[in-house]
Amino acid sequence: MYRYDEYDQTLVDERVRQFRGQVARRLAGELTEDEFKPLRLMNGLYLQLHAYMLRVAIPYGLLSAVQMRKLAHIARRYDRGYGHFTTRQNIQYNWPRLEDTPDILAELARVEMHAIQTSGNSFRNTTTDQYAGVAADEIEDPRVYCEIIRQWSTLHPEFSFLPRKFKIAVTGAPNDRAAVRLHDIGLIMRRGDAGETGFEVIVGGGQGRTPFVGPTIREFLPKKHLLSYLEAIMRVYNQLGRRDNLFKARIKILVHEVGAEKFTAMVEEEWQNIKRDIKDGALDLPAEEVERIRAHFAPPPYETLAAAQPAFEEKKRADGAFATWADTNLAAHKVPGYAIVNLSLKPVGGIPGDATADQMDAVADLAEHYSFGEIRVTHEQNLVLADVRRTDLHALWRKLRDIGLATPNLGLVSDIIACPGLDYCGLANARSIPVAQRIGNRFADLKRQHDIGELKIKISGCINACGHHHVGHIGILGLERKGEEYYQITLGGSADQDAAIGKIVGPAFSSEDVVDAVETVVNTYVELRQNGERFIDTYRRVGKEPFKERLYAAD
Amino acid sequence: MPLIRDGAPVDDPWVTVDDGTQLPMDGPAMVSLERWQAHRDELLGRNAPLGIRLKSDQSPALIADDLDRFAVVALEFPVFRDGRAYSHARLLRERYGYRGEVRAVGEVLRDQFLFMVRCGFDALEVRDEKAVEQWREAVSEISVVYQPAADSATPVWALRRRRYAAE
Amino acid sequence: MALQVVTANRIGDGTVVYLTRVGGWSERITDGQVSRSDEERDALMAVARAKAEIPEVVEPYVIDVVEEAGVVRPVRYREEIRAQGPPIHPAFGQQAAGG
Repeated sequence: MYRYDEYDQTLVDERVRQFRGQVARRLAGELTEDEFKPLRLMNGLYLQLHAYMLRVAIPYGLLSAVQMRKLAHIARRYDRGYGHFTTRQNIQYNWPRLEDTPDILAELARVEMHAIQTSGNSFRNTTTDQYAGVAADEIEDPRVYCEIIRQWSTLHPEFSFLPRKFKIAVTGAPNDRAAVRLHDIGLIMRRGDAGETGFEVIVGGGQGRTPFVGPTIREFLPKKHLLSYLEAIMRVYNQLGRRDNLFKARIKILVHEVGAEKFTAMVEEEWQNIKRDIKDGALDLPAEEVERIRAHFAPPPYETLAAAQPAFEEKKRADGAFATWADTNLAAHKVPGYAIVNLSLKPVGGIPGDATADQMDAVADLAEHYSFGEIRVTHEQNLVLADVRRTDLHALWRKLRDIGLATPNLGLVSDIIACPGLDYCGLANARSIPVAQRIGNRFADLKRQHDIGELKIKISGCINACGHHHVGHIGILGLERKGEEYYQITLGGSADQDAAIGKIVGPAFSSEDVVDAVETVVNTYVELRQNGERFIDTYRRVGKEPFKERLYAAD
Repeated sequence: MPLIRDGAPVDDPWVTVDDGTQLPMDGPAMVSLERWQAHRDELLGRNAPLGIRLKSDQSPALIADDLDRFAVVALEFPVFRDGRAYSHARLLRERYGYRGEVRAVGEVLRDQFLFMVRCGFDALEVRDEKAVEQWREAVSEISVVYQPAADSATPVWALRRRRYAAE
Repeated sequence: MALQVVTANRIGDGTVVYLTRVGGWSERITDGQVSRSDEERDALMAVARAKAEIPEVVEPYVIDVVEEAGVVRPVRYREEIRAQGPPIHPAFGQQAAGG
């Protein structure tokens, strides 16, 4: 993984000192809350329903064991013994004290971490495929470009006060595991005519109250021009993005209002100008810098193993529970004899994405023992050990079971994305987590979950859509109506390469009824599905009507 | 309001003239884009330095052909969260090659000084003497830059190229 | 006239607090000074804003409450959660202290 050199370290250390000064000025009353708020937000510090909340960046979701132990330590020492992994592959703490945050950031800096731009109207953490570098279907490792974007976008002087927050995602594989079409900018690595790699550029996707699947504005961008092209997009947006209405300020609204074609023309014109403005090609990706960063992502020292591992197959035959987990939570690795292991943070009835400090420490140990000391965080709020020998899987599984991270439910009905909702969030209208817990309990029978198959439920507690409900196969949106919680159900959303926004199926359900409604949808699918169809396939074939009929039959 | 230019507090000889107000007979005067567009000849006939003050939705592209007429271009931050003037300052410096004074006016706060300097502002109207005292620290507290901009700071990539090439 | 109290978060640790009868801050809503008129409410908010200037607290605002047998409770569910702690974590917040 990428390691800081002295420049990276200096910036993060200076940023800690700067924030320490800002906090001191705030506590001394020299800064009003109005003035301090954007400063604390530029360092990921929110004020939530009950307390401050600190969001720590995990660049493109990649962590070392040492960093994971530091996250555990912070949870214990400065918070309440747990943390919450987010859909931006970050972690957030729900109970930090303002007075402690400079010390927390100083501790993070010691392990090459920070909270820079995890909030505020600037670039957020660039996200990527959690299987980057090990996926069998990958064209090129996207993390190299994520790191380049991380550096370029850090404290960018021109783009630190954008109309609104800005999220970039990059994938190196045709199977999109990073929801790139639902980002302000999505980049997909593609091959050009001569076989060289570059990027397809997508702009103006997003969720929130006006969801869009982003249009492609450039089919192929040579890698060398990545940053000048991004700078052109950003400059058009910074000047023309709406600042009169918070709800219309994201770039998707600009793209939608001027039209993708005209927006593209503006970007292309600005790009030509920028290439002239910037002297000496200073924004062109320098080959030696790309190579320097790429070296950090060199494959670990894999052993030469046979693709077939009889011992692993034997364990599967002998141990049904292990076989179920292996069939569900593993993904194909590009190196023979290795597997990608998903650690579910969705135990039945648990809080999606939460991990205790003890679990974090244990995962760090397991990563060191079994997976070259690295851990990834997924946008679906799970963890990944990416490089495990197949012969180690059974031993690893037993240890994961001991710490509650071996629930065999990846991609199944209980692998739910949920935002923090009204349990924590000052913006929420309704709770999300308890709905996820109740759905998990309703489908607690794992055999039934496996029979249902791939089904992605995503829950948001308000229209800001942090729980990605628009792109859930079944999406659930919390509403408040006369002081009561209600939940609107959408069907047919998808965050993958066939990205789609779900359709509202009908009137909202009360908190009491919403789990029954989800079960009705699931049962309807089970009755209607034809051989081998996933939920989303059936939905696309039959549309929402059969589901609607069943849901509202009694009305 | 105190003015910081090139890092030092200076007296401000400029008078900002509201649109409805009579221009002073002599002395440096700063006018709006609207006044410039409506009374261009009258303004050019004055025998004194002229400045222009652009609102945050007025791109310097609108005056690109006239820039040599202005000794100062002031770019407005109506609130500090409105970041359009950062782009405008860079356009002035990097695209139009403007070498006169680029002045930040409006809500110009200590924690934005560094971004402003990096985008090509060389003069800042700040709200009080305290901000003047804070200048030095504000523009030096982050010494590492990752991207080329309108200032003279060397981006990390160039530093690395030199350093690692030497090894 | 709705009954109201003033709430905010304490500056240093972010804890939810309520403006009390003696002009201090309490973590228990039932210690909150209840206003019964626009004038009383405005006076409480003036006190709270002055305290936010110091700063003792962040972002004070007014919430509607009901008072039953001397116990003050919020009207809105959001404020009930804020006063008591997250329902998914019964060990955190005032709910752990028995309300």
